[in-house]
Amino acid sequence: MKTETSAVNIDRSKGDFFYPEAHVRDAGAGLSERTVRYISDVKEDPDWVREFRLRGLKTFLEKPLPTHWASKDLEAIDFDKIRYYLSPGTEAKRSWDEVPDDIKRTFERLGIPEQERKFLAGVEAQFDSEAVYSNIKKAVGEQGVIFVGSTEGLKNYPEIFRKWFGKVIPIADNKFSALNSAVFSGGSFIYVPPGVKVKHPLQAYFRINAENFGQFERTLIIADEGSEVTYMEGCTAPKFNTPTLHSAVVELVALKGAKIQYITVQNWASNVFNLVTKRGLAQENAEVKWIDCNIGSRLTMKYPSVIMKGRKARGEVLSIALANDGQHQDTGAKMIHAADETTSNIISKSISIGKGRATYRGLVHVPKHLKHCKNNTECDALLINATSRTDTYPAITVRGTGNAVQHEASVSQVSAEQIFYMQQRGLSEAQAMSLSVNGFVNDLVRQFPMEYSVELKRLIELEMEGSVG
Amino acid sequence: MSSVANHELAKSAPILSRPAELREFPDWFRDQQRAAWQQFEASPKPTRKDQAWRFSNVALLDLAPFKFGGTLSEEERTAILERSRGLDEVAGRMIFAGDELIERDVISDQLKKRGVIFQSLERAMVEHTELFRKHFMSQPTILGSAKFAALHQALVSSGTFLYVPRGVEIEQPIEIFHWLNGENASVFPHLLLVTDELAKVTVIEHFRSVNEHAPGFACGVNDLVAGPGAKVTYVCAQNWAENVVALQMNTTTVDHDASAMSLNLHLGSRYSRFESLSRLIGEGGRSDLLAVAVAKHQQEFDARTLQDHISPHTASDLLYKNALDDRARTIFGGLIRVEPHAHFTDAYQKVRNLLLSDDAEANSMPGLEILADNVRCTHGATSGQIEEDQMFYLRSRGIPTKVAQRLLVTGFLDEVIQRLDHSAIAEHLHRLIQDKFAK
Repeated sequence: MKTETSAVNIDRSKGDFFYPEAHVRDAGAGLSERTVRYISDVKEDPDWVREFRLRGLKTFLEKPLPTHWASKDLEAIDFDKIRYYLSPGTEAKRSWDEVPDDIKRTFERLGIPEQERKFLAGVEAQFDSEAVYSNIKKAVGEQGVIFVGSTEGLKNYPEIFRKWFGKVIPIADNKFSALNSAVFSGGSFIYVPPGVKVKHPLQAYFRINAENFGQFERTLIIADEGSEVTYMEGCTAPKFNTPTLHSAVVELVALKGAKIQYITVQNWASNVFNLVTKRGLAQENAEVKWIDCNIGSRLTMKYPSVIMKGRKARGEVLSIALANDGQHQDTGAKMIHAADETTSNIISKSISIGKGRATYRGLVHVPKHLKHCKNNTECDALLINATSRTDTYPAITVRGTGNAVQHEASVSQVSAEQIFYMQQRGLSEAQAMSLSVNGFVNDLVRQFPMEYSVELKRLIELEMEGSVG
Repeated sequence: MSSVANHELAKSAPILSRPAELREFPDWFRDQQRAAWQQFEASPKPTRKDQAWRFSNVALLDLAPFKFGGTLSEEERTAILERSRGLDEVAGRMIFAGDELIERDVISDQLKKRGVIFQSLERAMVEHTELFRKHFMSQPTILGSAKFAALHQALVSSGTFLYVPRGVEIEQPIEIFHWLNGENASVFPHLLLVTDELAKVTVIEHFRSVNEHAPGFACGVNDLVAGPGAKVTYVCAQNWAENVVALQMNTTTVDHDASAMSLNLHLGSRYSRFESLSRLIGEGGRSDLLAVAVAKHQQEFDARTLQDHISPHTASDLLYKNALDDRARTIFGGLIRVEPHAHFTDAYQKVRNLLLSDDAEANSMPGLEILADNVRCTHGATSGQIEEDQMFYLRSRGIPTKVAQRLLVTGFLDEVIQRLDHSAIAEHLHRLIQDKFAK
């Protein structure tokens, strides 16, 4: 394990964030009880968190990899080589000016102009294990909205935090939620008081900057009765020679009548293993909506879920996945109906390019004696090249009468006639292809907030470059 | 049950003891059986964690109570023959009770002259060894039940061999009965059907129990081979007693320009697993997979299918419908797989569940794996109940609720049966469905 002294003499000015060597806190490579205790010590965890982490570690070590159904590629992750905690040892910045240039530049490359960013109600940026920037607009803060990092959340607001933390996604939910429970760091904690409608989205931005590093942020959002909030997250990482692991846990709690919208644009480098557990709990009349776009990573396994626990609760997942050469987007949705008159909707669109593989994996569960539950699932896959691959694996359980569930999926390709038509009118083949793909996702993208639909279209265009011919 | 039969039962050994040397088989077949037994013993029991057994009630697969059937008494034989009523007009018929061939209505001399072979499995392995060895269980069991396919191979003692040569079309259906007889008895039915180029045949199999309350075990394998341009229709009317545990593994191979259609009707058994693998190996091949299930009481029907598109320019269409009442459960696990280079595939898959009670449970896993492009693949799964408007319409015309429900369920299932386009078989299947409603 590296010691703290190895990097203690560095200049802590903002530019140093570029270099992994700038990390003052480094848990070293490999995972053991010592690693977990190190993280607890650095973060000055209260006792219950220390215990929680150790239980997470035990569960992680006990559970096998889910390779009986999931990709064998998971075996390529070398848990002994990963570094589980890296931090510059500084507090999160409160002013945008202090944020390093490279992060700003990345924002710009993603196509989000400075102006649009100004509309955000709050931003948090995470660099490896810890938040480097966290800010919430004064007006929103005055309404009682809490938007801080998870560490700050558990320390400053234990009475709300502890009540829900680990309740929507228990430690033992799966191997990677257990891993996250052991070594989590960073992520956001949001609390929206009753009746408060946060007009502009809150945003978090995650970046992995160090080689062999695992990022394990933990986000908890609680929307109290009748409140509304939109949260957006983006993520990127430079491409290193060795694989990187990102394994987050996101828990959403929408109390009576509340609405949470959670938007992700995932654009990790193509050697990141992105294994994320996301689940929302919707009480009576509440709504949880996941908008999930997966463009990057080597292997993504992510199935945003909604447990509809109260009457008339609603759950929705809108998902777009783009799998290029060397990528496997294994995404989907889970809808657990646990009360009468609950409704859920899943719309998933995937595009496979080159040797890319896109998988939809879904679960819809309507248990006994529920009345008037409805689910609609639509999955459409588009194949661009002869070597592209797509799979669909839904599992639907319905018990009893009085419920309606329907699932539909289709696979198609860009028609040669369409391409010919556009080429005839002077578009290049690549432009024509890009236009067709945008047409394929357009009806879904239109439902996204404007900034994100612009960003997404740009990303798709970038990915489509050089995919034909 | 007669005292003679009871005496016989006492003699019969549990199937898990050792494969009994039930028939005089050639050495090479015996060797295969021994190897299969070892494979059966070495393979692990399925668990729900296996994707192929997800949602299945694997606890019902305890084979310890089941025994080999004893010999039949003369009066039992007569009674079974008397009850073996299926279609009115058939081209040939075989009746098995406890895996023993008790009657064979031979095919016409004309068909025989043209080279049609219709005989028991044990005779075919001697008289048509080459053909038999080429096709008998030549396809791997890949839908989860490899262990039970091995058990079948180790213990199979009889079955049907049907060969239809080039250009021969058999107009009337061939009919096969398999009877389970006795408490905890077991059968291992087998059908080896090989059609040559441009041949045409329809086969219907009836699975029945002598005693409608006796527990039992059935473990069958069918090899169905549709040669180039051939047309094969296979119908299974599964009507075991409601205490029976049944497993059936069917593989259909569809060569170029051939078309295969199968329809499985599930009415009986406590737990019935039916695996249908359809392999499209030649251009222009087409496979239709149909199934109808009426599940009541505690019944569980577990259907697993694979539409495997291996060659380009092939088509497949699956339609499965389940009506579920009481505490019944159904599982549908289906996959359309388009292999690399199988471009221009056209594949459909649809499962529809009609839930008639609050305790019924329908599980659907319609899957797609596409490794080629220029394909058209869609699948759909729905679960719902009888529409109130339809019920209201019938009730307002004075039709009692029970009758109205039956009418609507019959209509729901009829769409599948009509696809067969065979009125005599459709009529027979509807009669079986009505009998089940009346139970």
